[in-house]
Amino acid sequence: MTMTTLKENAATADGDIKIKIRNLYKIFQTKKGPFTALENINLDIPTGCFFMIVGPSGCGKTTLLRILAGLDEHTSGTLEIARPAKDRPGNSMVFQGDSLFPWMTVWDNAAYGLSMRGLPRAQIKDVVGHYLNRTGLSKFHDLYPHQLSGGMRQRVSIARCFANDPDILLMDEPFSALDEQNKVLLQEELLRIWEETRKTVMFITHSVDEAVTLGDKIMIMTAHPGKTKIMVDVPFERPRGVLELRARPQYGELVYNIWGYLKDEVQRARALDEGRDS
Amino acid sequence: MTEAVQTSPKSEIRVARAPTRLGGGLSREAAERLMNLISPVFLIGLWEIAAQVGFIDVRFFPPPSKIFKVMWTMIENGLLVKHVMASLTRLFWGILYGGIPALILGVSMGLYRNLRMIIEPVISATYPIPKSAILPLILLIFGLGEASKIVMVATGVFYPILINSMAGVLEIPKVHFDVSRNFGAGKLQTFRTVALPGALPLIMTGVKLGVGLGLVLIAIAEMVGAKSGLGYMIWNAWEILSVETMYVGLITIAALGLFFTLALNEIERMIVPWRAAR
Repeated sequence: MTMTTLKENAATADGDIKIKIRNLYKIFQTKKGPFTALENINLDIPTGCFFMIVGPSGCGKTTLLRILAGLDEHTSGTLEIARPAKDRPGNSMVFQGDSLFPWMTVWDNAAYGLSMRGLPRAQIKDVVGHYLNRTGLSKFHDLYPHQLSGGMRQRVSIARCFANDPDILLMDEPFSALDEQNKVLLQEELLRIWEETRKTVMFITHSVDEAVTLGDKIMIMTAHPGKTKIMVDVPFERPRGVLELRARPQYGELVYNIWGYLKDEVQRARALDEGRDS
Repeated sequence: MTEAVQTSPKSEIRVARAPTRLGGGLSREAAERLMNLISPVFLIGLWEIAAQVGFIDVRFFPPPSKIFKVMWTMIENGLLVKHVMASLTRLFWGILYGGIPALILGVSMGLYRNLRMIIEPVISATYPIPKSAILPLILLIFGLGEASKIVMVATGVFYPILINSMAGVLEIPKVHFDVSRNFGAGKLQTFRTVALPGALPLIMTGVKLGVGLGLVLIAIAEMVGAKSGLGYMIWNAWEILSVETMYVGLITIAALGLFFTLALNEIERMIVPWRAAR
């Protein structure tokens, strides 16, 4: 396997491993027999790494994330997550699409994790206030989700995730439903907030641009069964500006290279889908 | 029509539409509530005219003015209030004894598949039995006193609330339960923060149906072996051939039905604010 990177980035330099996955399989039992969603996944994700997973739709990306979140079980293999502080939640997830509670205000949605943990009111007020401020939502704290645009709703979702102060942030295509301008704005905001704490992130996307813009490391996955095709390191320094980054020649080169790996997979996934339909 | 759209510097922040005002300066909500009153008032007016000009037989359909005169006497001598209070008291306890178990069981059945599988057949089998048909059985078991009336209302209220609570929970998108799990909500917290509020719109539909059915059943139950209540009043009027009193009873039940509908709509507006824009 070829590595595209040359420079070791700051996140990998300190060496300790946050998430360690060995020989992980996920096999669903379907009526047509077993279906392998994930095949032999092996990963070492360093603490503080912004880890991106890119792959064609249906390659098991979301399944992997759900297994890490504890929402699904894996069939075999081992999964180790370093937990230095037991009093903080292991992970919090930004879900794909609309996941805010329509019956709660912006504030109550953002405070959800903290109030479930029964933290003192004053502390919740401080933390939630901070993240609503960082996401530009302070003015809208008493509105309900249906009164917000799609971009605003995803901001609340991100604030809810960060406010919970987890060890690991899990993000499942959080920006996929947004238009291009909103996507860039939210990517910049996400990077800005992330810079405050530099927690370990696992971020799923189908956009190569997004992967290169945000990530330290990118895992490209194959479709049916989902396994690692190649790992790519992103050499860009932090903090990053989304638009400045995109103007660089290395950026275009990296996107082009990754597309090369991904194109075969997308075509193969499509061929498989068409074969299944007929 | 005016649409107030507040735009932030980031250009994608939208605030909900302000209540639309109609020509007369009434808000749309107030106008809609007023429209609820048009049809009953119109019907009564038509009836009065038809009775006055002899278009309908006044032995069976006395003019509303005459009915209201009888009604007024019954209000003055306290008889109507006594009967209404008797019925309302039974209705209140019936709704409470039928509704609260139905709500808890319904939401739990929505939450837990196994419980649903066990209890649903019993519900499906007993639901179509006309509740009025089990009155003799209820009289046999609970006697001629208050208990049989309350049980009658309770059985009527039970089914629509249970079925709607269950359906309400089943309609909640799965992602909301993923969120509650991911953010560490316990069983009771999930019940309180996700299942109950998520099912609330349909629960309110169940309560409205249940209260309507409760009114029907209390009138029927009071016709047998009661010495007070609107059902007794109507039955007694038939026995002494006082047609006006009979109508007083019918109108009172109709007015109560209308009052409950309006009151419950008002309550729904207050406790389901996130539904306002739908």
